[in-house]
Amino acid sequence: MLYDIRLSIRHDYGVPSPNARTQVRLLPTDLPGRQIVRSRLLRVTPRPSERDDVLDFFGNVMTTLAFHRPIASVELGLRARVEVLEPPDSLDLSPDLKGLSAEAAAVRLLSAESPAHFIGASPRVAPDTEISAFAHALAAPGMTTTQIAEALSQALHDEMQFDPGATDVHTPPSVAFAARHGVCQDFSHIMIAGLRALGIPAGYVSGFLRTLPPPGKPRLAGADAMHAWVRVWCGSEVGWVEYDPTNACRAGTDHIAVAYGRDYGDVAPVKGVLRTAGPQVSEHSVDVEPLEASG
Amino acid sequence: MTAPAKRIPEALSTLLAGYNVPAQVADELLDADGAIRPVWLPFIEQFAKLGSEQIAAHFARGDQYLRDAGVFYRQYSAEPLQERAWPLSHVPVILHEQEWTTICDGLAQRAELLERVIADLYSEGRLVRDGHLPASLVARNTEWHRPLVGVPPVSGHYLHFLAFEIGRSPDGSWVVLGDRAQAPSGAGFALENRMATVRMYPDKFSRAHVHRLAGFFRAFRDAMDLLPGAEGRRTAILSPGPGNDTYFEHAYIARYLGLVLLEGEDLIVQNGEVFVRTVSGPQPVGVIWRRLDAAYADSLELNESSKIGTPGLVHALRHSSVSLVNALGSGIVETRAFMAFLPKIAEVVLGTPLKLPNVATWWCGQPSERAYVQSNADALYIGEALSRSLPFDIGAGAAIAGAFQGDQTHGRAEDAPDAQLRDWIDANGPDLVGQEAVTLSTTPAWIDGQLKPRPMTIRVFAARTPEGWTFLPGGYARIGKGGDATALSMQRGGSVADVWVMGDAPVGDRTMFESGSFRREDTGMLPSRAADNLLWLGRYVERCEGAIRLLRAYHLRLAETGDANDARLQSIARHFERISFDVSAPVETLLEPSLQATRLCAGRVRDRFSVDGWAALSDLLTNLSESAGTLAPGDDSARALGVLLRKITGFNGLVHENMHRTSGWRFLTFGRALERADGASMVLRSFAGEDRTQGLLDVALEYADSRITHQRRYRVDPTHDTVVDLIALDPDNPRAIRFQVTAMRRIAETLPFARRDGRVSAVLEALMPLETSLAVAHPEDVIPARLSEVRRALATVARRLAAAYLD
Repeated sequence: MLYDIRLSIRHDYGVPSPNARTQVRLLPTDLPGRQIVRSRLLRVTPRPSERDDVLDFFGNVMTTLAFHRPIASVELGLRARVEVLEPPDSLDLSPDLKGLSAEAAAVRLLSAESPAHFIGASPRVAPDTEISAFAHALAAPGMTTTQIAEALSQALHDEMQFDPGATDVHTPPSVAFAARHGVCQDFSHIMIAGLRALGIPAGYVSGFLRTLPPPGKPRLAGADAMHAWVRVWCGSEVGWVEYDPTNACRAGTDHIAVAYGRDYGDVAPVKGVLRTAGPQVSEHSVDVEPLEASG
Repeated sequence: MTAPAKRIPEALSTLLAGYNVPAQVADELLDADGAIRPVWLPFIEQFAKLGSEQIAAHFARGDQYLRDAGVFYRQYSAEPLQERAWPLSHVPVILHEQEWTTICDGLAQRAELLERVIADLYSEGRLVRDGHLPASLVARNTEWHRPLVGVPPVSGHYLHFLAFEIGRSPDGSWVVLGDRAQAPSGAGFALENRMATVRMYPDKFSRAHVHRLAGFFRAFRDAMDLLPGAEGRRTAILSPGPGNDTYFEHAYIARYLGLVLLEGEDLIVQNGEVFVRTVSGPQPVGVIWRRLDAAYADSLELNESSKIGTPGLVHALRHSSVSLVNALGSGIVETRAFMAFLPKIAEVVLGTPLKLPNVATWWCGQPSERAYVQSNADALYIGEALSRSLPFDIGAGAAIAGAFQGDQTHGRAEDAPDAQLRDWIDANGPDLVGQEAVTLSTTPAWIDGQLKPRPMTIRVFAARTPEGWTFLPGGYARIGKGGDATALSMQRGGSVADVWVMGDAPVGDRTMFESGSFRREDTGMLPSRAADNLLWLGRYVERCEGAIRLLRAYHLRLAETGDANDARLQSIARHFERISFDVSAPVETLLEPSLQATRLCAGRVRDRFSVDGWAALSDLLTNLSESAGTLAPGDDSARALGVLLRKITGFNGLVHENMHRTSGWRFLTFGRALERADGASMVLRSFAGEDRTQGLLDVALEYADSRITHQRRYRVDPTHDTVVDLIALDPDNPRAIRFQVTAMRRIAETLPFARRDGRVSAVLEALMPLETSLAVAHPEDVIPARLSEVRRALATVARRLAAAYLD
């Protein structure tokens, strides 16, 4: 499936900010077997004094912007054309929890794909007893890792209410889970916490959803802004599989990935630290349109 | 083992009567046979000749030095900003240079090993791939900073300055208890300990044989100057700030080594380079001795919540523009669980076993090690695998000798303790390590008038130089509080001692400043943040002084009339209301916030003014809090305010007279002038305004400390015009607005960029018309509206000064 993606983010800094530095993770990359980036362009207004695009630890494009003169606002405009490939249908070859833990321990790697990064607590996903109990209750003996991930994704979708006003970008998963509502970020963090409590390596994916559903299908939640979902390590045979707990589905051709990390902190679309603290307002719009002539 | 009396010379037997070394413990003073080690003899013989009063007098000299030097340390846990006296144990630990050399030889090997480990963890990750280090101990480690992976240090090395905590086992051999690589502290304190012991023990204690410490620091400083990028750029110490428990040491070392002391806020990153913001614009920084934990160093790429870092620092490292001592991420080699793997890694990486073993450690993430820890829990400390604390700083989530610490419980309460322990280890294996419960050696400490054996560990400092690792010959010993020689007694409440490394012959005398012109001072360079704090310090002190003077005027009149409804008193009260003061509140409640603000400001620039100045300020606050609740309004308060006034003028004098950094002094003085001019404008507005009663004019004169001058000069009772002439327009009265505006203008002319392209700076642009208007004004023109204009002009000056030099 081929998509045209348009995103616009505007940050207004109440007080003009000298020496503002901003770090952006918005540019999608090629992912073998998953997606191909046909074109991409990130336009920054006003023109930054410095711009530097590097790949971060997890292989995401990290764009650093610096402004030497005080700026009152910054506008980021992304245009990208990305082809998303159909995920292969495969047999469930994932091990059960015991097998998975042995397989994970056997991976002697520190590279970005290694499950080792995704088992322990991460800055924004601390272990939580409630979430852990919820996950343990779902994981019946004999279930495969894939089955558990699907069950947890479905259970969170059933249990939680999608509510854009209930949480903000700093809400910890424990709080969102206790109130049983939140947005894609909360759904994803809770699912990650649940999976890690079971010893299943799990990470965070930021990206886009197609704005309008295919004919006859319901519109997916979270399509008006950047979306987030979860990826799960299902053993050395199956590898990483992506689930979208907000929509209780596997991330397939409707999901365009931008960045991977342990939690939101690793992939935040815009991070900025300003010397002058003032009220910061942000506007954000996304349009993801499938192109008729796919390919 | 008790010291058998026959092995102790007669002359020493009294001194050592209470010196009973516990069984199965090595001792520094006595060898295995209970005889005094030769290296201690000269010292102990001299010591034995002293009577108890002489001993007290010797110790007092050291304590006096520490007090005078302002040595203290701050405790995080206690009250905010609480400072404690330095807990010096007055008896040094003495080691022979031969033994010391062996220790350093082992530690040099270990330093090399740590460098190789960290270099691998931030590049290829071979140690993990080859199975020498479990991936989870790295991937779950909060000191493994992913943004630094693949960012080689520009200096070619990750580690430049290390510390090792070592202890002596019962068999006499040395063991490494912990590695310190993140931001090793203590070297400055070691220096201070030495300064104190030098004062306690004159040369006859054979101090001539004790290795000096200065050469080490000089070598380290020289090594930093030789790092790539150092030339033509600043070398700085980066501190977390005055809230940190070792801030004193940062300030001390900065002064000692002639480095500039910076906080994260002082630095900016532009085009991949690091600059320090100074009053004369950004200046490039080439080497940073980092005393700030890596996680806090860059809120953009590391811990987002950090407010004490420099956004973009990691970006600058990626552009290889600055050398960090030590590299960000070095803290990972402090990880407790690494101790379990380092002995093997040494053989693999260096091809040779460790010369100096580390404390035996078992990681419970491996089945056989876990089983070992479970069956030997009685002889082990079991604690967090990823902790970077020293073995004896084991936290609450730990078990010692088979018993849980604190009131924590694990597993089912009805189970036997050993079953609980077993379950706990089974459930949390990868998070736990077991470490041998080390028994330390003892060393003499002077307790209740006697020498007693107390357990000790030594912190050894190492610096990388172009010739290899060099070691501080001596160091910093921690002395346990109780007689129990297990490491447990080191946990809290101990003291510290100097470590003497003795040669057989007198050693050379080296100081920090020998061999030509080593001392360099950055007189031309003042970080903007320091300038800002100095400016505010100047303002706060002046503001306090003004408030005290006016409060005193109030209470003097209250004492006189006994009537708070007196018109003059009401006028003063209204004046205070304008600056949000309730004059009826107790004096100490009114003044405390301003004085605390002064102290906070002073604390931030403490490295820039004298210890005496600091002591005077602390004294002032103590004085104030002691008088809390005891001061009745009127005479009582007036008298107390008189005392405070003398003290604050004393502090003011000390600060202004003893500040040697020229540009720093300028900002301090500018702040004082600004506040004084503003205060005088306000006071004239209140007390020489429409209601020109003489009683109020007197208040204004008292505020400006100009009563006597007025008498001498005008020889009439004060009128509006004489008072205004003296306090607003007089060019020679240091209390007058005009005098202070001129002072500011003169300072502004000496600041950077005062004149550029034929134009004066924005600050001068605001000051010059103000100065002129005051010079040509007639006293009768100076009406309240005019004074408000003056205040607005002063506010513009302050704003422009900040914009030009301080932002």
